[in-house]
Amino acid sequence: MCIKYSMKLNKINRNDIILIAVLLCISLVALLIFSLTKTEGGYAVVVIDGTEVATYPLNQDTEVKLTYQNDFNLLVIKDGAAKIKDASCPDKLCVHQGEVMYNGESLVCLPNKISVKIVSDAESNIDIIS
Amino acid sequence: MKAKRITVLSLFCALAMIMSYLESLVPLPLPFGIKVGLPNIIIVFILCRIGIKEAIAVSLVRVILVSLLFGNALSLVYSLAGAILSLTLMIVLSLLKNFSTVGISVVGGVAHNAGQIIVACIVMDTAQISYYMPILAISGIVAGVLVGIMGNLLIKKFPKII
Repeated sequence: MCIKYSMKLNKINRNDIILIAVLLCISLVALLIFSLTKTEGGYAVVVIDGTEVATYPLNQDTEVKLTYQNDFNLLVIKDGAAKIKDASCPDKLCVHQGEVMYNGESLVCLPNKISVKIVSDAESNIDIIS
Repeated sequence: MKAKRITVLSLFCALAMIMSYLESLVPLPLPFGIKVGLPNIIIVFILCRIGIKEAIAVSLVRVILVSLLFGNALSLVYSLAGAILSLTLMIVLSLLKNFSTVGISVVGGVAHNAGQIIVACIVMDTAQISYYMPILAISGIVAGVLVGIMGNLLIKKFPKII
């Protein structure tokens, strides 16, 4: 019974193509919308473990060490873009992420629970503004 | 027969763990560790050729073991979320019998990425991470097609063991 069941599933059929096409269209449309409405970022908001910790304007060059318990991420803001230069996480994926400068983009370090998101202007519910 | 089944399934689980390790060696320049989804080759093979219960078992064991060996508690939550979502959708599709292995694995790949993003949004308490969903979806589709084709080859060529 198992072999007969599986053999029918083997050829790519029209339903597959429709499924892939629909998914691709949705993703491409969303991607287009995101890239067309891209605006240059204003501030980098640092969120550690769910709470907003600090905000840095992107037009000022800064270099700050974000720490959480025993981990750290080195955030560098230069020429209007933010990137993570060094981190204590084992995989350093956040360092490989490169630069972000548009609103909506973010740098994320999942193991260290630190994320830096780019917003257009600082909201008023932030406790610390450095 | 029961012992043989367990042995063969464990071998597949080990294969899936090796796939996980292989794909972690390649750091893609995409946001926070997007994975190509190589272990899905094994999962899709088991799902389409052996059975649903076996696919669930191998997938869950693989996720737990990989996070215990190569990751931490947080990576367990992410991988588990991705695996559960992708398994659910793949099982539903395979029961509908309208789609082939490629379609199933495409949905599996995208669902895996989507599950990880959802958990990331919850843990980080910021919905902005979903900004990356379109890119993840496209890479999930491409990876899903490749994984589906390879899984298909496996299903056809693999000698009948169980």
